[in-house]
Amino acid sequence: MVKVTLDNVSKFFGKVKAVVDLNLEVRDGEFVALLGPSGCGKTTTLLMIAGIYKPTKGRILFDEVDVTDLPPKDRNIGMVFQSYALYPHMTVYDNIAFPLKLKKVPKHEIDKKVKEVAKLLQIDNLLNRKPAQLSGGQQQRVALGRALVKEPDVLLLDEPLSNLDAKLRVMMRAEIKRLQKELKITTIYVTHDQVEAMSMADRIAVMRAGRLQQYAEPEVLYNKPINLFVAGFIGNPPMNFIEGSIKEENGEYYFESEGLKLKLSKDLGELVASKSTDVVLGIRPEHIRVITSGEVDNAIDATVYVIEPLGRDLVINVKVDNTLLKILSTPGLKLEPGQKVKLVFPEEKIHFFDKYTEKAII
Amino acid sequence: MSRLSREELARRKMHARIRTIIKYVIVIVVAVIPLIPVWVMFLWLLAQSFSAKVTFGVIPQVFTLENWKFLWAPFKMGLKEYPNIWPITMNTLFLALGVAALEVLISSMAGYALSRMNFPGRIGLMQFIIALHAFPSVILLIALFIILNKMGLYGKGYMTLLGIIIIKAGLEIPMASWIIKGFFDAIPWDLEWAALVDGCTRWRVWRSVILPLVLPGIGAISIFAFLSGWAEFLLVYTYVVGEEYYTLPVLIYYLIGELKFVNWGMLAAVGLFFTIPTLIFFSTTQKLLLRIYVGGVKR
Ligand SMILES: Nc1ncnc2c1ncn2[C@@H]1O[C@H](COP(=O)(O)OP(=O)(O)O)[C@@H](O)[C@H]1O
Ligand SMILES: [Mg+2]
Repeated sequence: MVKVTLDNVSKFFGKVKAVVDLNLEVRDGEFVALLGPSGCGKTTTLLMIAGIYKPTKGRILFDEVDVTDLPPKDRNIGMVFQSYALYPHMTVYDNIAFPLKLKKVPKHEIDKKVKEVAKLLQIDNLLNRKPAQLSGGQQQRVALGRALVKEPDVLLLDEPLSNLDAKLRVMMRAEIKRLQKELKITTIYVTHDQVEAMSMADRIAVMRAGRLQQYAEPEVLYNKPINLFVAGFIGNPPMNFIEGSIKEENGEYYFESEGLKLKLSKDLGELVASKSTDVVLGIRPEHIRVITSGEVDNAIDATVYVIEPLGRDLVINVKVDNTLLKILSTPGLKLEPGQKVKLVFPEEKIHFFDKYTEKAII
Repeated sequence: MSRLSREELARRKMHARIRTIIKYVIVIVVAVIPLIPVWVMFLWLLAQSFSAKVTFGVIPQVFTLENWKFLWAPFKMGLKEYPNIWPITMNTLFLALGVAALEVLISSMAGYALSRMNFPGRIGLMQFIIALHAFPSVILLIALFIILNKMGLYGKGYMTLLGIIIIKAGLEIPMASWIIKGFFDAIPWDLEWAALVDGCTRWRVWRSVILPLVLPGIGAISIFAFLSGWAEFLLVYTYVVGEEYYTLPVLIYYLIGELKFVNWGMLAAVGLFFTIPTLIFFSTTQKLLLRIYVGGVKR
């Protein structure tokens, strides 16, 4: 098991800047997720760690050893590709045994280890099949087995669950997490699915267009997103954003937008106003309270637009003037489209971002 | 959903059945009927070669091995007498295997480079390859003759055959490279990367992962190369001087060319003899050709 350090790593393909100045440290035994939309440089990063791509700039360290110029075979890495990349001409057994054969492990020991791993992943009944005869979920397990059998120092997983159906995905999520905790292998997990990242990883590195946005624990990403992108990417339904400005009237601070005027406490108002007056207010769907009757202080008028019942949850879409907001609520609330309601934004749950730099103010 | 009446259901079943029948008829017309003349010819050759007398030129009578005597006994062709057919068969085999070996060796490497490596002029080269194929060897006969002569390969027995191997392979390598490039293209990069991560050197990736996957392509190319060498007539006829270095197609040409006495029985037997490698090659490599992997890699 090792610590993985990316020191100012960049990778350019001609004019395309796939990864730019990436600094990342993955602790020994840690489970880190690389999260970002498609094309943001996640796979490229993984391939650099594996030694397939050589960084255009920067260094990669395993513990304190510089491995930047080491070929993949000398890095003792296990990797699961998004396509699984099983060898179609080999049986499941031979696929899993292949890394050991290359290490010149004695035959009886290979046999023992392959069967051990197959048992761990519950594919011991498939060992004689060819990859083409397996379902997606089974192929995925074989790929995982092939990566684990050589007891790698680092495990790299490139969207391993994206080809599975939803139910299997949820199951494998838990299973991979359990496996990682059990084997304590330093793991880097690439995904574009924030739910996967949030539910599995110790820490998440959010990337966008080749650049690292924020690298932190899931709770921190959720509670203290560093910019608009991270705020909008983490959480489902995503955070609501309202563009507006901070106004001061007679020593009182307000957030003002079309059809909306929200009084802020003095501390908050002063703090935000001191950084910027053109701001974006952000609030998560689960933090907005809906009031159907009675008078409430500092509430916002809204009209119910459409209701999406999800069984356990209820997503209420409301319109404040022309801005659509999503609210996550528990069922039981009787609402009709067109109904007038009042919204309460608890102040401690409100985020403010600078409209131009997109950075979080608070 | 509207319910179907019983008659309607029966009518639809009938239609489906008719459609199936029409499909089979079309398959038979397209795939089987064109083969009938081939089989008729083949059977005719077989009958002809084993009979001493043929009534109406169709119905064989009296079984004999006389026509197959060239397998063990001397026979004459023109002024030259051959001990039997084997030396000429060996020449043909030498030519065919030579073409196949050279072609497979070079085109599999060239195909890999065209598919996997990024070098300047790659696209231009690929277009040029297609253009190259527009020249049949007839046009090149004189130019090639000059080259052979300059290289000192003209009229030098086996060296001439070697020269023909090089020419023949050279003419076919561009297309073969192009074909095998397609097989390399079908192998995802992920597969190579996975092998590298699993601990392979580049060479080992090639041997353990890539080669097994392009084997069907290599099989196809080697068959076509072998057969084209086996059946090569023009180059051998033009460049080979000594009769002991002739190949089977040239021999057959001279058998027909004996204007007065065309020995039909022997011609049929030699013709059949000539097709044997083709049959062997196809029946043994058919499996290989069909074993083209598609599963196990998803995108
Ligand atoms: N081999 C390559 N050649 C050129 N551009 C590439 C190559 N690989 C990736 N890219 C580009 O780099 C960017 C990042 O790609 P990638 O790392 O695959 O993204 P992700 O895995 O996050 O979806 C993309 O814009 C992609 O088009
Ligand atoms: Mg990717």
